[in-house]
Amino acid sequence: MTHSFKTGLMLAGLALGALGLADPSPAHAEDDPIRVGSFLAVTGPASFLGDPELKTLEMYIERLNESGGLNGRAVDLVHYDTAGDANKARTFVKRLLEEDEVDVILGGSTTGTTMAVIPLVERAEVPFVSFAGGVSIIDPVKPWVFKTPHTDRMACEKIFEDMQGRDITRVALISGTGGFGKSMRGQCMDVAPTFGIEIVADETYGPGDTDMVAQLTKIKNTEGVEAVVNAGFGQGPAIVTKNVAQLGFTVPLYQSHGVASKKFIELAGDAAEGVRLPAAALLVAEKLPMDDPQRPVVVGYKATYEAVHGEGSVSTFGGHALDGLMLYKGAVEAAGGIEPAAVRDALENTRGYMGTAGEVTMSADDHLGLGLSAFRMLEIRDGDWALVE
Amino acid sequence: MPPAFVEFLQFLLSGITSGAIYALVGLGFALIYNASHVINFAQGEFVMLGGMLTWALMSAGLDLPLAIGAAVALTVLAGLALEKLAIEPARDADVVTLIIITIGAGIFLRGVVSVTLGKDFHPLPSFSGDDPISVLGATIMPQSLWVLGVSALVVIALQLFFRYTLLGKSILATSYNRDAARLMGVNVGFVLLLSFGLSAMLGAMAGILIAPITATNFEVGIILGLKGFAAAILGGLGNGLGAIVGGLLLGIIESLGAGYISSDYKDAMAFVVILGVLFFMPSGLFGRRRTERV
Repeated sequence: MTHSFKTGLMLAGLALGALGLADPSPAHAEDDPIRVGSFLAVTGPASFLGDPELKTLEMYIERLNESGGLNGRAVDLVHYDTAGDANKARTFVKRLLEEDEVDVILGGSTTGTTMAVIPLVERAEVPFVSFAGGVSIIDPVKPWVFKTPHTDRMACEKIFEDMQGRDITRVALISGTGGFGKSMRGQCMDVAPTFGIEIVADETYGPGDTDMVAQLTKIKNTEGVEAVVNAGFGQGPAIVTKNVAQLGFTVPLYQSHGVASKKFIELAGDAAEGVRLPAAALLVAEKLPMDDPQRPVVVGYKATYEAVHGEGSVSTFGGHALDGLMLYKGAVEAAGGIEPAAVRDALENTRGYMGTAGEVTMSADDHLGLGLSAFRMLEIRDGDWALVE
Repeated sequence: MPPAFVEFLQFLLSGITSGAIYALVGLGFALIYNASHVINFAQGEFVMLGGMLTWALMSAGLDLPLAIGAAVALTVLAGLALEKLAIEPARDADVVTLIIITIGAGIFLRGVVSVTLGKDFHPLPSFSGDDPISVLGATIMPQSLWVLGVSALVVIALQLFFRYTLLGKSILATSYNRDAARLMGVNVGFVLLLSFGLSAMLGAMAGILIAPITATNFEVGIILGLKGFAAAILGGLGNGLGAIVGGLLLGIIESLGAGYISSDYKDAMAFVVILGVLFFMPSGLFGRRRTERV
């Protein structure tokens, strides 16, 4: 009886002591964990983005902590699932900023959720790295906002650059009417003149369409078409590819990075032979030449991710999250602390960081920092990807 | 052949292929509407089930013909279950209530498939290869011939069924006058069950025939169901021939519209034609004119 009473007293004393130690510290003591806030579309229609992104963040933050943390401090992840809803994103980011008092925000799986929270982040003056594709996130440049994935404008540029090498100048465009196809169509139209490319036909198809033969027949009968570009994702591009083969239409066919997955080859079957498309290096990690500076990064990420989540599970989207986390890590190390303004400046001064998306060199008027080398031009040969030299 | 003719033929062939699928789906709407005056908005999900189940069974190791047979049978079971478990218990409710039940059933089926079979697109192999066949300079895929051939066979078989079997005749009788049919000893409840089974079969077949061309996923039924519904309305709800003509017409308008005018307004043009037809012929091309007796 007496014994257990004494023990209880001791425990209480210990607990009080522990509280006493933790209590008087300000919000951010030197040895407190660094708080990384995140809001991703882990469920809902954009879950194919948010799910690998969250898994990547969790995995690499754990690894970071195991190896001694960031600048000697542990890293805590605070995450909320937006389900791709911009309203929820706003609510959660507000909570991250006001209640969780995070030091950085990584995330926003979609352009919609990212754009919705930019005003909040700008007002709170907290560094923010988005994983979403839209070019409007960093154009015009906003002081506190950065992003990691390449844009559809760069995909167009990569395609047109490849065409220049093949002396192609007259191009037909066929695009899906969904958000992705529409946006890329606009960007391609916009950059075509810079590459001396003339768009001679411009057709569209709806998201549920089962047959694009009519549009392609029209393109085929257009005078002097030298190549076809298809902007879209989902099953549409596979149907376009099959229809092109059906019509015996032999000009080069370019697909977009929207279908850069094995699924596309499976859906389009033999018709996919010879199709070219721009894609992130991650897709062909093992096929990169040994001396490619990006090889260790993408092969490493692929191995790490697939060791936990299974063979073939890696996607470029998770890679965007890894790049975001590593950019922040680099910036904190460069700034020597987590003071927001210093980290922001360090992010902007990122030079030559090699990530899964490519080599990143930021500047005051480029908060993406990727060159065209971010994309690799691939060709489908024998049902597999091949790098175009 | 002059190029302009080849072009026209190409548009026509591709329009007829899409149209045949719309016709099969539309026919499913017509069958159920006839038996119950319910518009079954889960019809598109039957289409989806046909394709998805065939894919699932094939990846489980079944041969294509066997997988198709089993998928059709399972979809028919789903159709019967929908009638037994959702429509029949609410048989005294308004038609509108029943229609809402079918919308709910559709959402439920989509959900079940997305959770159990995943959200990815899946291809089915073409039934007889992928080498295009040349028709007077235009090309058509062997799978399109399957679509057209099977659709034609189904239509003929349905005609024979309705004309020469007692069961078929009792369905027709119920559609003409439900109460009179009941007084004549037709088991109206069974007719309703049967019509759901038949519609599910038509939907599943449409879904399987089109899957090698377009690939299939858990949401493919939404748009195909909508197009089939439009076909049924255009032809006159409840008229089998109307659904077929409506479906083919819809497919051809879409294809010619996309080819000759603008692919941006492809769907819009089809619906403008439908609205135009309904404006002048409110009960569709082949619909029975309803007169209200005072």
